[in-house]
Amino acid sequence: MSLKRAECIAMLYPELDDKVVVTIMGACAQELYDLGHKDNFFYLQHAMGLASSVGLGLALHLPRERVVVLDGDGSVLMNLGTLATLARYQPRNLVHVIFDNGSLLSTGGFDSHTTSGVTDLAAMARGAGIGHVAAVDSAMAFGEAAIEAFARDDLSVIVAKVAAVGPNHYGMDLHLPENAFRFKRWIAGRRDERGTTSAGR
Amino acid sequence: MSVSYENSKIVFKGIKDAGITSLSALPETWLGLLLQQAEKDPDVRLVQVAKEEEAIGVAAGAYFAGERHILLMQNHGFLAAMNGIVSLAMLYGIPLCMLIALRGHWGEPYPWHTRGGIVTEGVLRALNIPFEYARDPKEVGRQIREAYTFSQSSLSPVALLLTRELMEEPL
Repeated sequence: MSLKRAECIAMLYPELDDKVVVTIMGACAQELYDLGHKDNFFYLQHAMGLASSVGLGLALHLPRERVVVLDGDGSVLMNLGTLATLARYQPRNLVHVIFDNGSLLSTGGFDSHTTSGVTDLAAMARGAGIGHVAAVDSAMAFGEAAIEAFARDDLSVIVAKVAAVGPNHYGMDLHLPENAFRFKRWIAGRRDERGTTSAGR
Repeated sequence: MSVSYENSKIVFKGIKDAGITSLSALPETWLGLLLQQAEKDPDVRLVQVAKEEEAIGVAAGAYFAGERHILLMQNHGFLAAMNGIVSLAMLYGIPLCMLIALRGHWGEPYPWHTRGGIVTEGVLRALNIPFEYARDPKEVGRQIREAYTFSQSSLSPVALLLTRELMEEPL
């Protein structure tokens, strides 16, 4: 697998300024953080599987925002019901990216169930009832799928097959509750901005 | 015994009076009539999950979004949601207001509920989650309001245990 998660995240990064972003733990969080932290990024450094559920809660209650979840195969496998719940409520403003490296990389590199194509997460997402599911394994295909997903007014899932490699260091200058507080304030600030704007019209 | 229609209405009214606009839930018998009312209410958003741990994520998202949200679940669902409660809500200081149907306690005829019922209070204490029992329909509205207020000021999970006394009535 030649595609790397870090290059996919780097491709998304310029588009994330005005998005509400939730990542899973470990390598995924670190690679986004290393590009430059923003207050609209929430790193779920534990509770594996729940990033997409947090994304669902955000998307349903913030219909005017666009929510992006950066997920992984190990996390999705811990909470497969989330695919069915997403399909049921189909938030139109949610893009769910699943980086499938076939590995529990951040916890020792053991193979996950998706290794060697045994389990197909894109097929599971489709089977759960999600209409727009793209399965990609090249930078060009990832970029195209991301552009389409951001332009689409509907729930989109992108499963990107990536190499099982991560950063050579871990650590953030950001306490976990601090991340949560600043994330919530960023969202509240956007609401206030919009409130002012609409009142001014 | 059957689920009390009157008291289900009172609990739902308590939720509404507390200004709650959003609920996440996994349906169960005692919560059925309550959730039916939530489904019909245009001012309340109901998010039904496939497993209770998802609801911890949904509740966190709703909190970040500035929404007044509560969770409804059975005590076995509370047990199933444990890692989310500890490693999302408690770890990040995200409030959770949980209304938990306390099955498997005094008067429980079904063996399968009993073990979860017996351990629920001990688990709440071990996690230092503040809780109260809701038994009296005259008090439950106030209890819901206070549970929600305390969850928000303490940035902590809090639990209101809905008892058989409140949720059931003789046939």
